[in-house]
Amino acid sequence: MTCYVVFKLIWTGLLGVLLSLVGLMVGMDMGVGTLLRWVGRNNEERREALNIIGPHWEGNQVWFVLGGGAVFAAFPTLYGTSFSVFYIVMILLLFSMILRPVAFDYRSKVNSATWRDWWDWAFFISGFVPMFIFGAAMGNVLEGVGYHFLWDGQYIQDENFLSYLFNPFAILCGLMSVALGIQGGGAILMIHGIQPIYGRARAAAVPAGIIAAILFVIGGFWVSRINGFHMINKVDMSMPANPLYGQEVGRGVGDLLLNFHHFPILWALPAMALFGMLGSSLMLRANKPLVAWWLGVFTWLGTIGTVGAALFPFLMPSTTAPNQSLSAWNATGSEYGLICMALVAAIFVPTIFCYTAWSYWVTRGKVTPKTVAEDSHSY
Amino acid sequence: MDLINPQVVDLSRFQFALTALYHFMFVPLTLGLTFMLAAIETVYVITGRKIYKEMTQFWGGIFGINFALGVATGLTMEFEFGTNWSMYSHFFGDMFGTPLAIEGLMAFFLEATFVGLMFFGWHRLSKGAHLAVTYLVALGSNLSALWILVANGGMNLPVGGYFDPTTMRLQIDSFADVVFNPDAQAKFVHTSVAGYVCAAMLIMGISAFYILRRRHMELALRSFRMATLFGLLGTCAVIALGDALGVEDYKHQPTKLAAMEGIWNTTHPPEEPWLLFALPDDAQQKNYLEIGIPYVLTPLVTHSFNTPILGMHQLEEMSGPKIRSGIVALSALKTYSETHSADALALFKAHENDLGYGFLAVQHAPNQDVSAITDADVDQVVKATEPDILPNVFVTFWSFRIMVFLGGYFLVFFAFAALFSLKYTLVKHRWFLRLAVLSIPLPVLATEFGWITAEGGRQPWTVFEKLPTFLSSSSHSVGYMIFSLVGFALLYSIFIVIELFLMFRTARLGPQDYHHETAQTENKKGAFGLNFLNGDR
Repeated sequence: MTCYVVFKLIWTGLLGVLLSLVGLMVGMDMGVGTLLRWVGRNNEERREALNIIGPHWEGNQVWFVLGGGAVFAAFPTLYGTSFSVFYIVMILLLFSMILRPVAFDYRSKVNSATWRDWWDWAFFISGFVPMFIFGAAMGNVLEGVGYHFLWDGQYIQDENFLSYLFNPFAILCGLMSVALGIQGGGAILMIHGIQPIYGRARAAAVPAGIIAAILFVIGGFWVSRINGFHMINKVDMSMPANPLYGQEVGRGVGDLLLNFHHFPILWALPAMALFGMLGSSLMLRANKPLVAWWLGVFTWLGTIGTVGAALFPFLMPSTTAPNQSLSAWNATGSEYGLICMALVAAIFVPTIFCYTAWSYWVTRGKVTPKTVAEDSHSY
Repeated sequence: MDLINPQVVDLSRFQFALTALYHFMFVPLTLGLTFMLAAIETVYVITGRKIYKEMTQFWGGIFGINFALGVATGLTMEFEFGTNWSMYSHFFGDMFGTPLAIEGLMAFFLEATFVGLMFFGWHRLSKGAHLAVTYLVALGSNLSALWILVANGGMNLPVGGYFDPTTMRLQIDSFADVVFNPDAQAKFVHTSVAGYVCAAMLIMGISAFYILRRRHMELALRSFRMATLFGLLGTCAVIALGDALGVEDYKHQPTKLAAMEGIWNTTHPPEEPWLLFALPDDAQQKNYLEIGIPYVLTPLVTHSFNTPILGMHQLEEMSGPKIRSGIVALSALKTYSETHSADALALFKAHENDLGYGFLAVQHAPNQDVSAITDADVDQVVKATEPDILPNVFVTFWSFRIMVFLGGYFLVFFAFAALFSLKYTLVKHRWFLRLAVLSIPLPVLATEFGWITAEGGRQPWTVFEKLPTFLSSSSHSVGYMIFSLVGFALLYSIFIVIELFLMFRTARLGPQDYHHETAQTENKKGAFGLNFLNGDR
């Protein structure tokens, strides 16, 4: 294996880890946003809920920003193609996501019930819609997307966005993602919240995990019935990063499970996901939200890992020109660029973990009406 | 090579300009305010006087309102490269994405994680620890600007990479060259210091408003003086570094420089005037109503007395051979991609430096295919392509002039401010205080025009001399573009109205009232009569 192949693999793995962290950290905040109107029945309760994630949501959101930046740098062609192919969906994602920072900062700046009510709906939209789209996009990628390339690297879209947006499998994946967000959001609300928020969060999060597990299993069976992709020829893993180079791709029902048949150890990934989802719900039920939150790590690594294992080596297969499917071998950045970024990541990711942990430690403890009122800067 | 619908390209450009200019209203303020907050808090930690804590918290509140929109709109910027500029992302992503990803890892995480603690840590952290957190936010936001401008610098001066004919894109081969890109370095300092001026003016303006009304005098006078210092030093640095940036443009982007200065014909130093006023006509390729100061242009731009500056007519003529060579390069590249023949590769290698000019000729080639250009047509295609190398001269000339004139105004303004506030006569000069209030938006305006100069002047390229704008965008339908554009325009308009409303309101309420207001549930009447928002009463 050449050095280039090793770094292609490292970045494909890191992409999976990054997407899992997006699910874990941003999903939790979005779950709180989705639940806000229900866990808090009046302004004081909603402010408590918001201030639970208040000190951290900006830092958490950077996982999302970094996810985008890392795809841009490590998989430039995938970045341009996937974001463009999902144009309308991505724009809707953006519209809903940019509501959140504004809602956080502006909600408590004016004392009016109508004003706050509007922002509370903004929280709902900016929690529900992005999580739904995040999951649905995963579903779309599993099914394959219609696009092809011209000789100079320009991509051409072959399908209409409606086929991505309103597609039963994608909707299933979207709902599962929302459910996981609610589970994570419920966990953090229970960790830092007091009654009545605690009880309401629990009432939502426990079933959310179970629903997610059910949808995950249904999705698993569904996947075995849909058309997947496989490599026909033995590909050169160190091929240049150009989708027009020497790849022969076939399609077949159940191909998405091929990797699992070849390497049964991969079944550990969906098992891990299910363990995370169900275990987390069980812990929430047993009033151990901190344990439940940490089980979310298994949930997300397992879920994204399952998607990755089903697709590998594809990153976004093409339905209309399967040979030009973007894969871990033909869609990466240059060897030099991948190495540079890996070095930078090796230094900064651990640093980020350290100071993120410190910032959570500083703001440990319960958020109560008293702490909210005391802090002039609280949301 | 399919030519993208020109309407879609224009709409993509318009959308990008709209969202970038909007984003850039908040970013300079963030850059400057974080450092000023850190400075004020330092005084608090050293002296222990409560007034400085109050100042930090009050200006911190103003910072928060801007920061939220900076974060929200920054996400749009990042996404748009993928959603609207797919060919650009493919072509330049390896070089552009790397600094962008590092920005996230090194800078944005720092800023975003600690900004939470900055707001929520007053009760939980020691004075020293909180000060450290504030400094980390300032460091994060400024490092963030550094990496973004390193990425942008690559678009203006693509160094540290090479074109790979097998992957059809620019690939990074020297990280150091990318980071120490002279254009990026000059631009980083110029831009971040411009941010300090924006923040200084905002603080001075709001303080002046209090002084005029004789409210919060202690806070206002102190803030005014600190901001004056920042503003004066900042303006001097902005002007000095702007000059350095001009020299970079002179060396590396002669078309941008010629358009900025309205130079149609190569200059004859030394008496060449610097144009104070002119109306450049892009269609006729000449200036009307020129008024200039003689002997200034040459030393200003070239830092010498007798070096001529290339004019746009001459630059057009000089591009002819490059376009001709670029056509060969692009045709050879196409042959190579289809046949992998060594001859085609060798031919491409001989002409690869001009590849970008070959792309530029695509829109004038028969069926947008340069390999279909016959020997008989080639002169005609080259002639048709030559004028394309120039940006819109009127826009570049005037956005540059407005920025420069505003810079000059700031210098005078801050000099007076320093004089009055050092002599403690500020309260007497009510006209000056009013001027300070009215000047709040001007530095932000200047940075906006700076962006237009830098990025508009880069046209017709997204990556200078490598990739033209009209080939960079995604091939969407016009309908998609209108949908997103209308959405952004609506959403951003609503945001700006609310933002301004909150800024005015927070400023009007002032520090004590401000805390009172957020902590209590009693409702003050909206500063701007926006009582319709208070539907619960």
